[in-house]
Amino acid sequence: MAPTTGGRPPHHLRDRALAVETHQLVKTYPGGVRALDGMELAVESGTVFGLLGPNGAGKSTTVKILTTLARPDAGTAAVAGHDVLRHPGRVRAAIGVVAQKSGADPVATGRENLLLQGRLYGLKGAACARRADELLERFDLADAGNRPVKGYSGGMSRRLDVALGLVHRPEVLFLDEPTTGLDPEARAAMWEEIARLAGEEGLTILLTTHYLEEADRLAERIAIVDRGQVVVEGTPDELKGELRGDAVHLELREAAADGAEPLLRDALTALPGVHEVAVDGRRVSARADDGAAAVPALLAALERAGAAVATATVARPSLDDVYLRYAGRSFTEADAAVGTPVPAGAAGGAR
Amino acid sequence: MSATLTQTWYMTQRQLMVYWRQPVFLLINLIQPIIWLFLFGSLFRKVTDLGGFGTGSYLDYLVPGIVVMSALSSSMWAGMGTLEEIERGTLNRFLTTPISRGALMNGNVVSQGIGTAVQSVIIVALGKLGGADYPGGLTGLALLVVASVLLGTVFGALSNALGMLVRQRESIIGINTFLLLPLTFLSEAFMAPALMPGWMRHIADVNPVNWALVAGRSAMADDPDWGDVASRGGALLVLALAAVWLSTRTFRSYQRSV
Repeated sequence: MAPTTGGRPPHHLRDRALAVETHQLVKTYPGGVRALDGMELAVESGTVFGLLGPNGAGKSTTVKILTTLARPDAGTAAVAGHDVLRHPGRVRAAIGVVAQKSGADPVATGRENLLLQGRLYGLKGAACARRADELLERFDLADAGNRPVKGYSGGMSRRLDVALGLVHRPEVLFLDEPTTGLDPEARAAMWEEIARLAGEEGLTILLTTHYLEEADRLAERIAIVDRGQVVVEGTPDELKGELRGDAVHLELREAAADGAEPLLRDALTALPGVHEVAVDGRRVSARADDGAAAVPALLAALERAGAAVATATVARPSLDDVYLRYAGRSFTEADAAVGTPVPAGAAGGAR
Repeated sequence: MSATLTQTWYMTQRQLMVYWRQPVFLLINLIQPIIWLFLFGSLFRKVTDLGGFGTGSYLDYLVPGIVVMSALSSSMWAGMGTLEEIERGTLNRFLTTPISRGALMNGNVVSQGIGTAVQSVIIVALGKLGGADYPGGLTGLALLVVASVLLGTVFGALSNALGMLVRQRESIIGINTFLLLPLTFLSEAFMAPALMPGWMRHIADVNPVNWALVAGRSAMADDPDWGDVASRGGALLVLALAAVWLSTRTFRSYQRSV
């Protein structure tokens, strides 16, 4: 299936329940910063959807609108079937939000933070306490639950943040840059946690990230966002498949004899879906539409030509390549370009 | 409506927890009035000889002055807490939950009020220990506490509004240090009105800090002037409502700027 750009929601989504749907969202901040410029999103229920883009691309602004914090200047947005402008109360009851800074009370204990959060959603007494304990247990905070949050490590407070977002069993969970600022170990633990959440029945997760690896690993579908718009959308594999294909590298046991190189090259190029074959001594490289599928055929063809293969590796194109292709600039370049001033009124840091 | 009340209580509880978890704050808030009580009490002891204080003991006169000054100086910092909650992301987190917007604001006002009331009662008790006499009895003292709570509400709400508008600690610190002493000394907190220069008395007439003092002292007198209590108390109440309204408006404009 080909990735889609802009316009109406992808055809395959039109008949299914959408957890998040936006049309032509526009948001301009004072000072003329156009944070969103026609944002189109369609997130199917029960999936993990990644909004990927550099700082300042419009990810956080989108999340703020979808979580009823900010109002769009134009366009419509619905979450869990409720319009964010007409029924913000219904949206709030249906969503869990883990913002970049989700602000657990540092003086209160983890447990007290969870209890208060539960009460705000109408949980009461024993049921609320049970839910808090359940979440502490689940996020590996049971021992720390009765300690003030200010003593928590970065990873622990992030886990508490996610627990806070889940207290009332939301239909849609927003994770805004869930691993920014975490050390590699805590990040890996958080990824596992998110992957586990994704398996939960019916929970839709909208994840924003500027880590390519994170989106690739966690999201079933990804929208790449640049300058307030979705530039391309699809599964990570579809997006990468749009590039010229995988790189296949083979190493021969012995270098091909003089004069045998062109023969090998011709034999491999003749295979369906294989192109750009290069033979250089023991090293053979090629591009294949589907690298994994091409390997057996490549091996067999080399075998027939009398060349024994020592190793074979397939490299998938990275999302970085995808980003470069659709946004027209490299990811790191775009990320660095947003050192430009943000208006003073912008609370909550990056958008 | 009852949901808003319950949620207001949750928010109040949350704010008050800071005090019993970090008693140092409470202590600092109390040590300062004690020092003032002791310093001013000793320094100006003989000033009652000049007359016009309505009592021969300066401590009797001073206690309401310290109560009101403390209500002013502690409530002025409310905006710092609000600013911290904005920066930490706490306010935005609450705004994405179904909590009523009113409850979020009310929580600030109510916890502020409780804090001011407790502080006032403690100062009154300390004064009593020091030998102060309160001829107006419990009614008079209760009305003094109410007046200081209203004053605290006015300045707490304004400080919150300022915090949400400017989003800068420096501005709050600057405005507070600039305002605290002039507001206090342009009132009859430490000096009998009869002994103040005429121009100062005129300014004091429109100073809300002075309204709280006049209302409190009148109520605490042997033979209270209820007209003064009602007029100054009423004016404070109106001002407090206006300040809370203003800070609610600012809150809405904060939400628009998110």
